Amino acid sequence: MTRLKWAPFTAIVLSVSMLWAGMDITQARAEDTYKIGGIFSVTGRASFLGDPEKRSMEMVVDQINDRGGIDGKKVEAVIYDTEADPTKAVMAVGKLINRDKVIAIVGPSTTPTTLAVIGHAERAGVPLISCAAGNKITSPVKPWVFKTAQSDIHAVAAIYNHMKSKGIKKVGLLTVSNAFGESGKQQLESQAGSFGIKILRSESFGAKDTDMTAQLTKIRSEGAEAIVCWGTNPGPAVVAKNLKQLAMSIPLYQSHGVASPKFIELAGEAAEGILLPTGKILVHGLLDESDPQKAVLEQYVKNYEKIYKIPVSGFGGYAYDGMNILARAMQGTGGDRGKIRKNIETMKNFVGVSGVFNFSENEHNGLATDAFVMVKIENGKWSLIEQ
Amino acid sequence: MQEILQYVVSGLTIGAIYAVIAVGFSMLFNSTELINFAQGEFVMLGAMGLVTLWGVFHIPLVLALLLTVAGVSVIGFLFERLAIRTVRNPHPIVLIIITVGASIFFRGLSMLIWGKDAYSLPPFTDTPPLDVFGAKLLSQSIWILCISLVLVAGLYFFYKKTLTGKAMQACAINKKAACLTGIPAERMVLLAFILSAAMGAVAGVIISPITMCSYDMGTMLGLKGFCAAMLGGLGSLWGSLIGGFLLGVLESLGVGLFTSGVKDAIAFIILLLILYFRPGGIISAKSVRRF
Repeated sequence: MTRLKWAPFTAIVLSVSMLWAGMDITQARAEDTYKIGGIFSVTGRASFLGDPEKRSMEMVVDQINDRGGIDGKKVEAVIYDTEADPTKAVMAVGKLINRDKVIAIVGPSTTPTTLAVIGHAERAGVPLISCAAGNKITSPVKPWVFKTAQSDIHAVAAIYNHMKSKGIKKVGLLTVSNAFGESGKQQLESQAGSFGIKILRSESFGAKDTDMTAQLTKIRSEGAEAIVCWGTNPGPAVVAKNLKQLAMSIPLYQSHGVASPKFIELAGEAAEGILLPTGKILVHGLLDESDPQKAVLEQYVKNYEKIYKIPVSGFGGYAYDGMNILARAMQGTGGDRGKIRKNIETMKNFVGVSGVFNFSENEHNGLATDAFVMVKIENGKWSLIEQ
Repeated sequence: MQEILQYVVSGLTIGAIYAVIAVGFSMLFNSTELINFAQGEFVMLGAMGLVTLWGVFHIPLVLALLLTVAGVSVIGFLFERLAIRTVRNPHPIVLIIITVGASIFFRGLSMLIWGKDAYSLPPFTDTPPLDVFGAKLLSQSIWILCISLVLVAGLYFFYKKTLTGKAMQACAINKKAACLTGIPAERMVLLAFILSAAMGAVAGVIISPITMCSYDMGTMLGLKGFCAAMLGGLGSLWGSLIGGFLLGVLESLGVGLFTSGVKDAIAFIILLLILYFRPGGIISAKSVRRF
């Protein structure tokens, strides 16, 4: 048995080795500027959020400086990478507040990292504009915390509205077992009653699982009329493939977490007919001219693609809106954090990439259900569903 | 009933993957007494290799498969020559930590090469799923089952019937004695690394069409394969094969009959129980027998 004596030890070594060292992305410092902090998951599993967010924030900062800055003072972005790790996010916020002495912070990119840093921003009295979707971030309202991403509440409402119009009453849920999935599941369960929808079964899957046929089989045996899958790539693409493999023909609804061309690429033919709620950026070309966001969206997309020479992502807009809201709120404050906070809270009709923001004392997200549209994947492309 | 059958079929598919990875662990252990924690990374390299050659460069499938497996074998060769052979104090624990380091290195390197996004591939043959008493069996699953069984049978034959196979075994049992009888022990260790890297690559290429391939897919698969190898008895090829299938089916049934939240927990609870009660694996009764 001697040969196995190392097995428990190696297991420990293995887990310790998974802790990686951090990485900083700091920019050149200059005197007499407004310093704004940015914390995004630029690398790691949520890089699809953090990378475009970092680019978008840098783009806005350059635009502001080209226009001559805010009240004549240049803006400087100090951006750190969280790698979607709550511990690193807390360390980054500590550095931004204590060492870099930033006026306000844009980010983090994900719900777990945001929830981890809220306490620090609150204690230090630094306005924080999160780019994450989780509803818990702004509910209950915390004085210094805002967010620009659409809430799960609105996405769930958009899905259930569509189901109601199609007469679907019995659904099965399949959610990823992380904060995004849990938050979605909570909303799906709490709102189902008010739309007359019954949840027959609620299943989950791991973010890196390779096969979900067992969960789908279970949902099928309950007689569900539709399936709602709540997760971010690549899990939902596996669900889409498995559903086709099992020859199940009931409609599949996905969350806004997969609203990117990458999902269609991953799921391939299995993506056909999938329904999902998305921010308008994904379908900006299909929007009606009368849509208030159309002009803002087109300008953002044009600038982003011109500067970075890559197709725009559906997620960078959160940081774009965050930085723009901050820039407007900072005007005339001289960098006073309390005044900036007050200005954001009283901001109305700010037309952004993610929707039209109307902040108030009790509403720190500022968006409504109309920030979402329902789309269907047809022939490998998004098509807008008229409500 | 139809559901249970579907759970078993799904479990067998994923179980076959665990089995091939477990066999990779076992076969290296068999020849070197080493546990290679970079095994999962070889699986990832195999999958990403196929994504590149077949998915991006559109090289014919069979050629792409062979090239991928050969390429990963070369990486296994380099890994042994550069990282394992050069160690001054080749104590098992030192070597095992080196494999952990190598896995982090491979993961980081792959992230730089292929980026952080996931990729997907179509199945090898585009036929509709087979209907087995109401349960759906994918054509790719059949490929996976056949290839894994053929591989293990081939390895078994190699160890049992060929001189090289027996020489490899002799090295593991007693390296010094093997050297004295004229077996080139170092070359055997090298061969074992190449073969186990190839096994990992095969697991990677056959799984790539049914799952999503990304730079970080290897860690979990490697750990599951390790669980399967422990379950069946590390060092035993057939034990690893059975351990892999058992783990896959148990996971799938666990999801179906209890709750999907416990899926990964099942594997690791089994691992703990095995380490505690039957460190030799469930197949062998008292001591670890390799064949």
